[in-house]
Amino acid sequence: MATKLNFSERTIKFQREADPEWARQVSEHPGCERLFSCLQCGSCTGTCPLSIYMDYGPRRIIGLAREGFRKEVLNSQTIWLCASCYSCAVHCPQEIHITDVMYNLKREAVRSHLYPKRFAIPVLAQEFYNVVRRNGRTSEFLVVLRMALRTNPLVLFTMWRSGLDLLRTGRLKLLSEKLKHVPFLPKEDA
Amino acid sequence: MPQDYSYFPGCSLQGTGVAYDESVRALFALLDLKLHELPEWNCCGATSYMSIDEGSAFVLSARNLSLAGQAKHGDLVTPCSACFLVLKKTQDYVEHYPAIATKVQQGLQAEGLPPLNGVQVRHPLEILYNDVGLDRIKQASVRPWRGAPVACYYGCQLVRPYCDSDEQQNPTHMEEVLKAAGIPTVEYALKTKCCGGSLTGTIPAVGQRLNYIILKEAIRKGAGAIVTVCPLCQYNLDAYQADIRKSTGEAIDIPVLYFSQALGWAMGADPKALGMQRSIAGKKTIKQWFAASEREEKAHV
Repeated sequence: MATKLNFSERTIKFQREADPEWARQVSEHPGCERLFSCLQCGSCTGTCPLSIYMDYGPRRIIGLAREGFRKEVLNSQTIWLCASCYSCAVHCPQEIHITDVMYNLKREAVRSHLYPKRFAIPVLAQEFYNVVRRNGRTSEFLVVLRMALRTNPLVLFTMWRSGLDLLRTGRLKLLSEKLKHVPFLPKEDA
Repeated sequence: MPQDYSYFPGCSLQGTGVAYDESVRALFALLDLKLHELPEWNCCGATSYMSIDEGSAFVLSARNLSLAGQAKHGDLVTPCSACFLVLKKTQDYVEHYPAIATKVQQGLQAEGLPPLNGVQVRHPLEILYNDVGLDRIKQASVRPWRGAPVACYYGCQLVRPYCDSDEQQNPTHMEEVLKAAGIPTVEYALKTKCCGGSLTGTIPAVGQRLNYIILKEAIRKGAGAIVTVCPLCQYNLDAYQADIRKSTGEAIDIPVLYFSQALGWAMGADPKALGMQRSIAGKKTIKQWFAASEREEKAHV
């Protein structure tokens, strides 16, 4: 497929638009200390099973983050496509905990409402969070149902086959379980 | 005397991964290992909770570690790769970051729970390899494997980044344990490639593509089944084969077992007790195994 040129969308970033102070704050977070040691070698993007689906690969996210391009980073699909397989983190020659950097960026994207709207992955994370806070345990059925209702309810129709198979084999738990004593968890970041 | 362990099944093992719970319990009972389920355990938080709120995510998973310390049944066993990783990560972060340690400490205190006491978090595969040992597994295995060799699939979160006993890039414990039980294995280069986790639910096209690659490579290597250690990997590889067949037009139909099911089967356990009837894909192949072993057992009697 030919690449569509879009001249109205500027792809070059100007240094003056960056916010180095934000980059410094990111690097102070547990697990993100080595952000500025990145070599831009690309081992992370090379080993990432999802980089081909990302708008920026992990290497570019690290590059943008350490310069302080906050909006580009937090708006990206990349941070949400990260499935936490830790392949980049164990391959990084500079021992940057890239997966933890991604987590940190995800949390800030949620806090600042900067993730792509109706994007299923952050919605799933939020619904998972809500169900666990309420019940102490998660329920696969409830979380997926609530995610679908908040993003695209039609997606439920594409799930009928696997849903039916799970039901038939006794693997779909429709009722969610609630602990007698749900742990009290002080909200920190959210 | 039976060896005792604390047991943390996790949420998946009550739902889509119920066969994992059944087979781990059956396997441990066969080997005279005693599992004591943590009372009132809670969700470990998995990958999603951590994406929203870090502070309380560590308190949440530390609560299970504290319960295990309180229970005094020895090491904490968890079969789910996500639970294993999150519990290990919590211990790691509590050890290295005083601010997180304080937060966790306060959270546990508010719940009336004792502070963390460094309970060992372990995976059943590693327990079989190190505590039970290959010799005992060999002795206990009575049912010969009549199927094609299997592909051992470890997925990501068990081996990365907190695997302390096996190799991260090319783990071999599962192959060694299965071979000791008389189950042949194939060389399988994608053994630690990620299955995409919850992407099959959020962005099906991407999630299913990752699983298609893992399934296809196993079949190409001549595997008759895929053996996993993670409830999410098993679910993804098992439940979406019909969808993958439809989107690719390829005849993909291969059973996906938990390593505990394969071992329990080799040790002569009742397949129902191992939850093998709960498999979705490769039903025909599984039935052939049942029929072959039934014929043999009848011939013996």
